[in-house]
Amino acid sequence: MATDARTAILSKIRSALGTKATPEAAAAAWAGLPRDYVRVSTGTKSELIERLIDRLHDYDAQVLEVEATDLKAGVAKMLTARGATKMLIPLGLSNALLPEGVDFTVDTGLSAAELDACGGVLTEATLAIAETGSLVLQNVAGQGRRAGSLVPDYHLCVVDVAKVVGTVPEAISALQATAGLATTFISGPSATADIEMTRIKGVHGPRFLDVILVH
Amino acid sequence: MSGTALDPRTAPTFPMAAHKLMGDTQLRKNVRHATDVIQNKRAKVVGEMPDWQGLREAGKSLREHTMKHLDVYLEQFERNCTAAGGVVHWARNGEEAKRIVIDLVKASGSNEVIKIKSMTTEEIQLNTALEAAGIRPYETDLAELIIQLGKDQPSHIVVPALHKNRQQIREIFQREMNLPDLGNTPQDLADAARLFLREKFLKVKTGVSGANFLIAETGGVCVVESEGNGRMCLTLPETLITIAGIDKVVPRFQDLEVLLQLLPRSATGERMNPYNSVWTGVHPGDGPKAFHVILMDNARTEILADEEGRQTLNCIRCGACQNACPVYRQTGGHAYGSVYAGPIGAILTPQLQEMHHAQTLPYASSLCGACYEVCPVKINIPEVLIHLRNKVVKQNGPFGPEALAMRGMAMIFRSEARFRAAQRFGRMAETPLVRKDGNGEGWIGWLPGLLGGWTQVRDLQEMPKETFRDWWEKRADAKGGKHGN
Ligand code: SF4
Repeated sequence: MATDARTAILSKIRSALGTKATPEAAAAAWAGLPRDYVRVSTGTKSELIERLIDRLHDYDAQVLEVEATDLKAGVAKMLTARGATKMLIPLGLSNALLPEGVDFTVDTGLSAAELDACGGVLTEATLAIAETGSLVLQNVAGQGRRAGSLVPDYHLCVVDVAKVVGTVPEAISALQATAGLATTFISGPSATADIEMTRIKGVHGPRFLDVILVH
Repeated sequence: MSGTALDPRTAPTFPMAAHKLMGDTQLRKNVRHATDVIQNKRAKVVGEMPDWQGLREAGKSLREHTMKHLDVYLEQFERNCTAAGGVVHWARNGEEAKRIVIDLVKASGSNEVIKIKSMTTEEIQLNTALEAAGIRPYETDLAELIIQLGKDQPSHIVVPALHKNRQQIREIFQREMNLPDLGNTPQDLADAARLFLREKFLKVKTGVSGANFLIAETGGVCVVESEGNGRMCLTLPETLITIAGIDKVVPRFQDLEVLLQLLPRSATGERMNPYNSVWTGVHPGDGPKAFHVILMDNARTEILADEEGRQTLNCIRCGACQNACPVYRQTGGHAYGSVYAGPIGAILTPQLQEMHHAQTLPYASSLCGACYEVCPVKINIPEVLIHLRNKVVKQNGPFGPEALAMRGMAMIFRSEARFRAAQRFGRMAETPLVRKDGNGEGWIGWLPGLLGGWTQVRDLQEMPKETFRDWWEKRADAKGGKHGN
């Protein structure tokens, strides 16, 4: 049955197109597609950082800039401000990030209910996009599986400024080599505009998102 | 609107449905408010992109290219998704797709599923089929939840409940969630939805989704959303079933650099929507242990075979054309008798029915061109509408039931539409409206805008492209056998 449908659909496509396209011809034609848009941003690094912060503020995220040596204190400050005491952390997150006095639970494959019992989650990110205020997380050490940054109500994300890119095309190029990993673009806290087009923060994902930029 | 699914095969014709819905002033107010807000937001975030036209051109070329090599890219997607641990199924039509889903859900041992908003599953009325098979679907997108609990139907492809205002939503939630004291701020209502669905997310073992993009090069799937309900359905269940039209494939991962700029800005007027998920097959230790994707045709190959209609398949379902359409803004979505309403619905729905139903929809437009201007992949909707009108006329003749039904249309296009039509599209629209009679003479069967009332009772002869004298002289020549038309 399944094979039948497959054959039927592919042969309908070929007769609709009047040809049988080859992968080589497709690749050559793809390479020639017009790309008359901004690929690489022109601003200086500090302009990019400023833009990223501006976009994150637009999403109501709090942003803290710290020197690498003050990172642990920065994390402590953000967690205290949010009153977060029970935090989930992914496997492979550096101990250097973890202040004393907070209950950190490592995600060793916790159940959904156990994830739900954590008030917040602390992760790093693969990169951040200044133009859109997006954080990109992948399932690698320090970022963890997708449900980890989803179920808890608060997400604190630590981003090294070296990982900030300007545009979406720059981000996609940087991700190309690891495109097969589970990847999530996060732009602000969970939101909806389904009721009278009013943006409401926090439906099912984290209702609060903060970012620490590490210089 | 009742709980009866929007089905183009049985829905009343557009003029009849539109006439009735236009009496609903609350609905019109809600639709107008929502579309105004999205249009303003879109204009702002599109305006800040100096390369927007270049992006649109790239999007258009990319989508055209994909359709021209659709077989290659589908086979690539299948190979790469399979290599990554996914299982690929093919479905010729909605019936086959539904049967596959039901069998998979049963095999997963569940009698309930959590669902991400998916117009493709609405297109095939998946929920009705699941229920008939004893499987309970929970819609988890806020708007879809409002629709499901209110026994209503989606009226917009991005914001399906935009025809409801907060009071109406509150009443539905009070009644269906048993929350008599529920407040009526949008925040109260969203909180209620969060609580209502939380338990379902944590316990239901099977998820069903649509897809925004299938990436041929990697076998990955991309879903774009706002609330996080999508991420819940994509990561917490043990089994995930994704249904996608074959038109959803894109050649390469890199193509996301175009599409992920065009789609969020056009759809919700955001620089980026809150969440985009990309996954590839099964990721051990992260998300579902079993992943199935169903590649569904359901008349898309018919559209592909029609060279003039083919561009319809380039649609990335952003809804911008709906928000911009003066007809949609007056009638709302339900009048279109299909989950695909507005300009995209007017071209997509009849073609998905292989032109057997919904034949009045190509007329549900003033041809003002606003849809084309906002379309992020530059689909020339007016051109396709005219092409489809010609098809309808060819199929049924000028006195077919559709042509007759269209005589009631003038009333719908009063005010805004008329003026926009006359001002912005008049000349460009003229040529394609002409159909040739048996003698090669051009006749205009239906005119938008100010002249519409007149052509509904008589056909207009094509406007002369040359002076009367030139024409007379040529005509005299033609009689001598030298000229045809
Ligand atoms: S036709 Fe264009 S504007 Fe309309 S939904 Fe599709 S992509 Fe968006």
